[in-house]
Formats: sequence, C-alpha cells, structure tokens
Amino acid sequence: MLPNEDQKMEPPGEVTLNNQTEQAAICFKAFMLKNSTKSNLSLYDHLVRLLTKVMDERPENAVDVIEDMSREVKRAGLRDTQSTLRDTPAVSPAQLLAEQQRALFSRGGGDEAETEEELVETPLPNVAELSFYLEQAGVGLGREETQRISLALKQLVDTQPLQRCRFWGKILGTEGNYLVAEVEYREGEEEEEEGSAQEEGAEEDAKEGGDNDEGEEEEEAQEIDPLPKSTYKPPPVVPKEENRTGVNKFTYFVCREPGLPWVRLPAVTPAQITAARQIRRFFTGNLDAPVVAYPLFPGNEANYLRAQIARISAGTQVSPLGFYQFGEEEGEEEEETARDSFEENPDFEGIPVPEMVDSLSNWVHHVQHILQQGRCVWVNLAEKPEEDFEEEAEEEEKEEEPDEPEPEVGPPLLTPLSEDAELNNTPPWSSRMSSTLIPQYAVAVLRSNLWPGAYAYATGKKFENIYIGWGMKFVGEGYTPPVPPAPQREYPSGEEITEALDPTLEEEQAMKAALEEQRAAQEEAEEMEGDEDEEEEDD
Amino acid sequence: MDSNALYYSLELVSGNGLTLSCEQKATLQTSLEILKRNYRFTRVLFWGKILGVKGDYFIAQGITEDEMRDKKTLYSLNCMDWQLLPPPTDTMLAEVSAAAKGRFTGEPSFEYERVETRRQGEGDEAVKEEFTMKVSEEKRLAATVSAIDREVSVVPRGAFIRTPHGTVQTNRSFQGLSCSEARKLSNYLHFTEPKYLKKKCILEMADLDPSIDFLDPLSEDIPKGSWSLQFEGNACVLRSLLWLGLTFFHVPMTPQHGYIYMGDGLKNMDLPFML
Repeated sequence: MLPNEDQKMEPPGEVTLNNQTEQAAICFKAFMLKNSTKSNLSLYDHLVRLLTKVMDERPENAVDVIEDMSREVKRAGLRDTQSTLRDTPAVSPAQLLAEQQRALFSRGGGDEAETEEELVETPLPNVAELSFYLEQAGVGLGREETQRISLALKQLVDTQPLQRCRFWGKILGTEGNYLVAEVEYREGEEEEEEGSAQEEGAEEDAKEGGDNDEGEEEEEAQEIDPLPKSTYKPPPVVPKEENRTGVNKFTYFVCREPGLPWVRLPAVTPAQITAARQIRRFFTGNLDAPVVAYPLFPGNEANYLRAQIARISAGTQVSPLGFYQFGEEEGEEEEETARDSFEENPDFEGIPVPEMVDSLSNWVHHVQHILQQGRCVWVNLAEKPEEDFEEEAEEEEKEEEPDEPEPEVGPPLLTPLSEDAELNNTPPWSSRMSSTLIPQYAVAVLRSNLWPGAYAYATGKKFENIYIGWGMKFVGEGYTPPVPPAPQREYPSGEEITEALDPTLEEEQAMKAALEEQRAAQEEAEEMEGDEDEEEEDD
Repeated sequence: MDSNALYYSLELVSGNGLTLSCEQKATLQTSLEILKRNYRFTRVLFWGKILGVKGDYFIAQGITEDEMRDKKTLYSLNCMDWQLLPPPTDTMLAEVSAAAKGRFTGEPSFEYERVETRRQGEGDEAVKEEFTMKVSEEKRLAATVSAIDREVSVVPRGAFIRTPHGTVQTNRSFQGLSCSEARKLSNYLHFTEPKYLKKKCILEMADLDPSIDFLDPLSEDIPKGSWSLQFEGNACVLRSLLWLGLTFFHVPMTPQHGYIYMGDGLKNMDLPFML
C-alpha cells in the first residue's frame, strides 16, 4: 500500500506523528462503533448506511437534506426490529365505505329483455348530463362522486315503485352530509308512511293522558282548596297537507353517502315549517339528532331537514317561461283559487340563452309558494284568527296582518322571478352565461342569493335545478333569535290587591263619621220600610 | 392550494358544491404560469373565488421567500388579467369593517358608503357634522382575504418547518399524517402568526417541537365545533363553519394538502346560534 511506501521515505519523526494520528483515528473509530444504550445502533453503521443511501439516491443539494435522510435511515432501521408481534390492521372508515359501495358497482343479474324494458321506462335521472351542464356553471360535486350518486339513485329506483325521481341536491352537515332525492310514487303504490300513523297515535295518547290528569286534578280540587286553572289555550294546530299536495307534493329520500341505505323523510307539517323559519342551525348528519333551538322545533333532524327542503324548493325551483303550462280544464274563471297543477307545454320551443340571462321574467317558479301558515293552500281555522307568531317571515310573502281570518294569498304558481322581492338591497337572483369566450354554446345559469347554494341552468329545452349547500337562508344583517313571549299575569289586578297609602287620623275619623251617618240613614230607612210592611200586613 | 396541483385537488374539495369550469381551469393554468414569471414568485397558489352579485373574483397568491409571510395577493375577474391587491393595514381593516355590508357586488371600484354623525364642540355649541366614509370594494376584498387567511387558513402539522433563521419553509420530509392522526383537530394548524402559543405554560410547551409546533392548532378555536372534519373517500376534508366556503383537504399518508375558499366572502356571525 501507498502509506507504507510513504513511511519508508519519510523521516522517523513523521512516522511517530503518523502513528499518533492513526492511533487517534482508531480510537475514534472505536468510539463510533460503540452501540447506543438506547437504540443499540452505532454511529459508524449509521453513517455507512447513510452514505450508501446518498450514493444510491444521489439527491440534489445533498447537504441540505442530509438531516432528513439520516432520520429516514434511522426510521427504516427501527421498523424491522420493533416487535415480532403484528398489529391487527386498523379498519379505516374509507375501507368500510368501500365495502358498502361495492354493491353499487355490481350489475344485477337479469334477462336481457327485462333490462331493455327498464331502459325505456326508467324514471332514473340523467345525473351525468346534469353534472355536465353544472360544471360549466362552476358547480359540481366532482365527477367520481357524481357517478356514485347516479348509481345510488339507480339503487333507489330499483327498490321503490317510483314514477319520477330527481336528484334534488346535497345538504352539508357538521359530521355528515345528506344526498337528497325527490321522488314521486306510482299511482296507488305509495306505501303508507310508517312514522305518521305512530305520531298521530302518540299525539292522541298525549291528549288522553292530559285529560286523565285534569280529571284527577278535579277530584282532588273538590276535596281541598281549588287550584286556579290555566286559561291558556294553545293556538289551533294547522292541519297537515295531504301527500301529493302542497308542500308534501313530493316525497324525499336522503342518504349519507352513496351506497348507504336511502331513508324516507316524513311528511312535513305546517308547524315545522313555521318553526324552521325562525331558527338557524347546522345539520349534524344524523337524522335522529334532536334539534335544540329556541323557539322549540317540533321534531328531530329528519323533520327539520324536510322542512328546509320544502322551503328551499318553494323558493328556488325555477323553470324557463313557457316550459310548463296550466291544464286545459281549469279555465280563466277560476283565477281566484290557486291552481296547483300544471303540465309540460308540448309546444315549448326554448328561449335563447342570452334572453334567459338578461331578463329574470323569462324564468318562473314552478313550485307553490308556502304561505305564512306553513301550507301552500290556505285553510281557515274557524275558531280563532291566525296567531301572529311569525316574525318577519319570508320576504316574498305578502305582509298581512291576520286580524281576521282573511285568506292568505301568495304569488300564484308560475310567477316570474322578476317579481321576487329584494332582501337588504341584495337582488334575489344572479344570472350569467357559463362561458364568455364561447358564448355560442354557453348555458344560462341562475344563482339564488337568497338561498346560497341553489342553482338552475337552462339551455334550449333543457333545464334543471340543484341545491348544494348548508341549508341556510341568507339573512343579511345577522340573525336575531326571537325573544320569548311576555310572561303571563299571575293574578287579575284589581282594587283589593292594589297597595295604597295608609289613611291619616283625620281621614279615618271623617270616614267613621260618614259611615255612622250612613248607618243611621239606613236604620231610618229600614224603620220606615218596617212601618210600611206593618201597614201592609194590617191591610 | 398549489396551482400545479389544482387539476387533481379541486376534485377533492368540490364536496361543497362549488368548483371551476373547464374553461376557467384552462385559463388559470395559462395565466398563473405567466403570473409566476412576471412577479418572480417561487410558487403560485390558487386561493379561491369570492362570489359577487354581478361577478366573481378569482384570487391567487404568490410566494417569494417565506411561505407564511411573503405572500402577495392578486385578484382577477376573468381568470386572465390579474391585479395586485393592496396589503391590508389596520386602518383599512377598521374602515372596511365599519362601512362594508352585504354581499360583494363584483365591481372592484364600487364604493360602500357609511354616513356617521359626529359632534363637534362642546355644550350648546355642539354642531353635528355628517361624515361620509367611503370604502372601495377592492379594499374590502383585500381585507376579507387577509381575514380569512388569518382566521381559517389550515395546514397539517409538520407540513411546514421554521428554519433557524426564522423563515417558514415547506418540510421536504413531510410524509403526511397517519389515518388516526388525521382524525384529530390538534394535528391541523392555523397557517398564520400564532396568537395563543405564547400564552401557553411551560409544561405544555415542553412537548412541542420548536421547528414544527410554531403555530396554533385548530383544536383551540373558540367556539368549540367551529370545524367540520369528515373523511370523503380517501381524503380528509375540513370545512370551516365560521367562514362557510373554506375547505381544506389532506390525503393521509401523502404530502398532499391544500385549502381553498369558495363562497360569498361573508363571515358566519350566527355561528354560536347554529351549533
């Protein structure tokens, strides 16, 4: 080796020096070879591995990343020696979901003929087309997600006897989201709502229970001092609208993720709609969660969700003017009664896109307006005028002081959007063209400013509505919760319980004198009467 | 979110319904590249979109040296022509919060007006003077973007490190949070100057790694529950309930992460009632 040759050449002094440095080097190597008491690794081995890694990988600016690489080498070394026991692999939620979504992608076995028949008559919506147009408008859920939603809707259509099915939208929640499908059952095949019967039963039970309590109270009251009774009478309950009419025109199914089971939402009651107007709460993603809010919401999150869906539909479902028309049977004379049905106009030719963008009067609402009462069709509650328990309700609603049971009238069906009212100087709708670069093939897009998240597009004869958002209305200046009602009076105030100043001595004496005079006068009068009586008896 | 990763990360954050159209995406890919060269940015982020009544603002941010502090914000109405936003000052923030109300209009030159009456002089000689405060929408935009960045910008823990010089840089060896870590809010940090970190006691500080834990974690936000954390597919998605429209995504076990704001630019002041 060369060093030996060098040693021969060099003078003896240098040799000892070289020996010394070699000695030191050996010492240092020994030090580096010492195993750590903690990790049982030596620095020497580590450096060897590290430099090998650098040689293998040849990273750019190796000096900058050397610490990271060192850490990586250490981590790699530790992984092997950690334990002989194997961890049970944790099941991630993504895996569970994948397991459940697997069913979506399997083709149901069946005869070719059957599938062909289904292809013709299926009420399955074309979600891909919807997402194609919405993406141009800058709205969408992502292509894969859309595909999964489409498959989930197919599952719903396959399992339920539906006549019509539409992807309504998505409502975001704090812990989970809801996908909403709007469906209509085939005539006569509608399954009776399971929940409603039970609920009604429960209500009746509650009433009976109340009666019983009152009865017991009465019995007790007869024995002891009678307790004062509450004079409070609850305002009459506004009856629910029947299925297929008004706010319950459609049935709604929700599911949390595509692939999870679809849950049918219960029909909405007017009380729920009026309560939902007054509260602002996020959805949690759990249908059974209680809705903790003031004023009290009658029902759980499923009812709240259904109420919001009804409100959003009534406010934001729009179609191009002329796409729908009223049926022939209902003539012009019936102008007064709100018409609630319409049919597709076969002669509709489509409105050019620029006109749709320019003028809101080319768009009409095709879902009935919800009145203050919480119904689409006003019902007269004969006993009492409607309680004024709604603060400022929907601004689209006509301000009406319901002193008398005067029928509430909302804007009729198929009213143009240009008649919608503004809120805090914010126009209710924004319209634009999807593309400025290629306007020839653009679609008209409408965005609701009242319900952020509601969109509509129209091109030619096609249009669609969708809602993707938190289910909250835009309120402008911040939400003020309604104040609780004034407390009831404990007792009727009258003279006997009104506190007055004590009379002075003089007043007392004057009063006494007056009383005595009165008594004397009375006695005299009685005597007179007695005389008269005697006289009469004498006769 | 990084403009280069926009193509695939947009799919992950589009769960709240807003996305970009193909035309916009294509335009952005071209214009942000030019932007990067003209302003000599090292990295360009696509920050998001603020919806106005008549038009939308697209916002991008350029980074030069420090990932956290050296940011310049630009806006565009058509995704192509970008204008620099003025850096927010305290007086500007105060003016905007006093005068600007309601939705964005979509015109940068639109002026919000607020009339204040001030008393001058004392006693009987007091004269009421009407004082009109005017704020342009451009200023409001700058203030809103900085407020959103300050209050709800999110990064996963460990994605950025503070160098010994004090600058903040991307952590090259960041491998992503594990699935169990990704489920905890304490592993996500506010990507802004820390507010509460200095108030912590020594005992809490002892466990922190000074090069990683130099930011405030989300778990200490008030009110509790102002974040919605969900797993959507493989990605972990965080949504702010305070600024509805801010979405953050992180794919566990990969270094992919980013946030985007797509909304109307209004802070959700009703949050305490809504939880």
